[in-house]
Amino acid sequence: MSLPRGWEMVIGLEVHTELLTKTKLFCGCANDFGAEPNTNVCPICLGLPGSLPVINREAVELAMRIGLALNCRIQDSTFHRKNYFYPDMPKDYQVSQYDVPINTEGYLDLPDGYRVRIERAHMEEDTGKTTHLGTSGRIHGAERSLVDYNRSGVPLVEIVSGPDMRTSAQARAYVAELRAILVAVGASDGRMEEGSMRVDANVSVRKSGEPFGTRCEIKNVNSLRSLVRAIEYEALRQIEVLEDGGTIRQETRHWDEDRGETSTLRSKEQAEDYRYFLEPDLVPLAPSAEWRANVAAHLPALPAALRRELSDLVGEVTDAQADTIATVVDLSLHDYVLAAVAAGVPVTLALSRAANEVASQIDQRSQLSTEAFIDTIRRENAGEISATQSKDVLLTVLATGSTPAQIIADKGYVQMASDDLTGIIDGIIAANPDDWARFVEGDPKVVQFFIGQVMKATKGQANGKTVTEILNAKRG
Amino acid sequence: MRSALDIAQSVRAGGSARAAVEATVAAVAARNEELNVFLHVDADAALAEADAIDARVAAGEDPGILAGVPVAIKDNICQTGVPTTCSSKILEGWRPPYNATVIDRLRAAGAIPFGKTNLDEFAMGSSTENSAFGPTRNPLDPSRVPGGSSGGSAAAVAANMTPLSLGSDTGGSIRQPAALCGLVGVKPTYGLVSRYGLIAFASSLDQIGPFAHSVTDAALLLEAISGHDPLDSTSLPEPAPSLVAHVNDGVAGKRVAWVRELVEGADESVVASVEKAREALRDAGATIVELSIPELRLGLSAYYLIAPAEASSNLARYDGVRFGQRVDGEDVTAMMEATRTAGFGAEVKRRIMLGTYALSAGYFDAYYGQALKVRTLMIEAFSRAYGEADMLLGATTPSVAFEFGSKTKDPMAMYLSDVFTIPTNLAGDAAISVPVGTGEAGLPIGVQLLGPGRSEASLFAAARVLEKAEGRS
Repeated sequence: MSLPRGWEMVIGLEVHTELLTKTKLFCGCANDFGAEPNTNVCPICLGLPGSLPVINREAVELAMRIGLALNCRIQDSTFHRKNYFYPDMPKDYQVSQYDVPINTEGYLDLPDGYRVRIERAHMEEDTGKTTHLGTSGRIHGAERSLVDYNRSGVPLVEIVSGPDMRTSAQARAYVAELRAILVAVGASDGRMEEGSMRVDANVSVRKSGEPFGTRCEIKNVNSLRSLVRAIEYEALRQIEVLEDGGTIRQETRHWDEDRGETSTLRSKEQAEDYRYFLEPDLVPLAPSAEWRANVAAHLPALPAALRRELSDLVGEVTDAQADTIATVVDLSLHDYVLAAVAAGVPVTLALSRAANEVASQIDQRSQLSTEAFIDTIRRENAGEISATQSKDVLLTVLATGSTPAQIIADKGYVQMASDDLTGIIDGIIAANPDDWARFVEGDPKVVQFFIGQVMKATKGQANGKTVTEILNAKRG
Repeated sequence: MRSALDIAQSVRAGGSARAAVEATVAAVAARNEELNVFLHVDADAALAEADAIDARVAAGEDPGILAGVPVAIKDNICQTGVPTTCSSKILEGWRPPYNATVIDRLRAAGAIPFGKTNLDEFAMGSSTENSAFGPTRNPLDPSRVPGGSSGGSAAAVAANMTPLSLGSDTGGSIRQPAALCGLVGVKPTYGLVSRYGLIAFASSLDQIGPFAHSVTDAALLLEAISGHDPLDSTSLPEPAPSLVAHVNDGVAGKRVAWVRELVEGADESVVASVEKAREALRDAGATIVELSIPELRLGLSAYYLIAPAEASSNLARYDGVRFGQRVDGEDVTAMMEATRTAGFGAEVKRRIMLGTYALSAGYFDAYYGQALKVRTLMIEAFSRAYGEADMLLGATTPSVAFEFGSKTKDPMAMYLSDVFTIPTNLAGDAAISVPVGTGEAGLPIGVQLLGPGRSEASLFAAARVLEKAEGRS
């Protein structure tokens, strides 16, 4: 999309991510998405009178990993209380880092090399989740509201970029790369649609070269696609107002995905006074030098480095392969691929199986060990099982956690012996004399037809290469 | 009444915990209606706990240093399944699903938590007149207040209902009622006793501590409940200090400072008691020095910004959504407003408003920010003083127990009854109030000993010197 001549967008993004800790930020309740409402709760995350918070070490560690991956300075930090009344916030204040965050002054390089500054990446607790029953789906006009406190106290890190992006494409690339980084360091599952990663966009416009304009903050952006749409809608709206001689009011706006537009949520004047003050129930967070060094030493490889490594293995990288590599890295599936390559499997085959079969069942990835992945595609590569069988074995491992050997035995996935195949192929030739004639005349496309027929007859148990060999032998 | 030490020693040697609890039940039956000490009593549960203690002793076990001792609990401390109200209508009927750490510690020492005692609503007050469930009367003179906010816990011990009780001290809420009821009361070092399960008034100031008739009993109780708690981030890292073993260490060679600002404005009889204490300490071998710590005069103003500011946030959760009282409204905001309007008393509302104002954008620096600076000055001033003296001596309260209604019309007059106790809370240090002498109408006077953090053992030893000089051995 291009803006009217002479106009430029200025975009800064605030990305919230839930951390993949075993337990919540200040209590021992499970941090577990999708449990029955109000089952992962205790006096602390329900804010019952007398309860007190104790910081979760794992959350601090993941926050430090994020800081390191974003080239931030990690510092001793403090927590504040952000005071406002809302029914899904049990204490009616949120514990959040305020003037002294754990991570500050970093940057993120987009894949094209464009650098976006990171102002801070701070820790805070999530709120509960309110479901409004009634027509509007929002709190106004709801007949009844139900609150689930399972999410209350889940650890979040909020990553605040500088106002450095100038196009919606850059904003998209920033969120995509940030997501890949968060997944790579094991801090987040990166799922925007499920709300475990949430993006607020600060958008303003200006004539090129002029000072920044007044910004609006856009909330309720739930996918990369809506991020791009929302930013573009908002920039055009602001330009229209300005070109008509109006002024932009600083405000928070709500993105409506269905209508494709933003609307006023609250103006700056209506903004709450959060009465921040130092949280007296917590002590300053001061990770030891030893701990920090240990986290730095064990930081996993980051997406940019992984993409380079996989590209180097492929050699000449086509656009399609670049996408496959990006998918594998984004979903943090590179360990499978690198291990498979180390075990002697061609990198393209490993990339393809990871980016397709494994990626399609990403929720189930814990069922698939690296060994099982290697075992399956090595058998495929050696011709022990067909490509169809190999894909099915992977999907079955992901679904059940069983071993490839067991699945192959259970399903009878043995490649049919050549003798058995010859009989079946003879039958197919007899049933399709015209096609056979074309094959004999040398039409290469007919090979696929015969392989397909054989696969059908053998329920996928034939090896395509073997079938071709037999066909060629029969042609003489 | 038998001392806690006596009861525990006897129970551990095969005496009867049931008898101790029965004595308590009888004393409560005799005077609770008149004095309004307990908001909740479950005699059967306490007797069952006593029987269990007796059975353990019979089986050869040692239940611990407080075996069979009934301990009254201020009703801002959570106990599983037991109504806990903070003397507020907003929490009426609420039963916590968990125990405060001190409750578990009491049981681990063989003690029997007995009943929930009255207080000023959410511990905000100095007379226990701010309770939504009526005032508590001073057992020594029922026309007068027992002090507050832990007035119920003070009265329980003063009326010989229980030998020990737990209170909480945010600005003097243990030491002031202890003084007015003729008891020993201790504000421990911040972090010595876990706050987990203590319903917060002002988190950076609150601390649970003991009431007792004697220094030794107070030491026994404090020893049982203190020590690191992983559930409280502000808990000190070390285990419980040894206190009982040191109560008779005396004060020989200790430097005790007479502090002008800790007696100025006090009644003559109170000043006389402090002088009496000074001489007793000197006689016991302490060196007396004189100090002026002008920063102490700033304590009250700083306190009445910091404590309400924290309270305004701590009390936000009483919104009718999850527990306690709810008054319905048109929408959720109206429900919250109606609930809080109906549920909180006047003093609580006053402090929430004060605190909200002090934290507001545009006022923060002038009020809350300024108060934090004063707090730092106070900490530095104490630290300088403790370079020149091992402990400070002063009054606990400006006067003896006052009559009902005499200060309720004027919040400032009420606030001034904590002028000598507040600085210790701001500094996070330790202090003890011990009865020395009497004043108007023969009512007891409390003398206060203040020490740096973790100085409890020497404060108890000095208080014991005063106790002996008063003829209470």
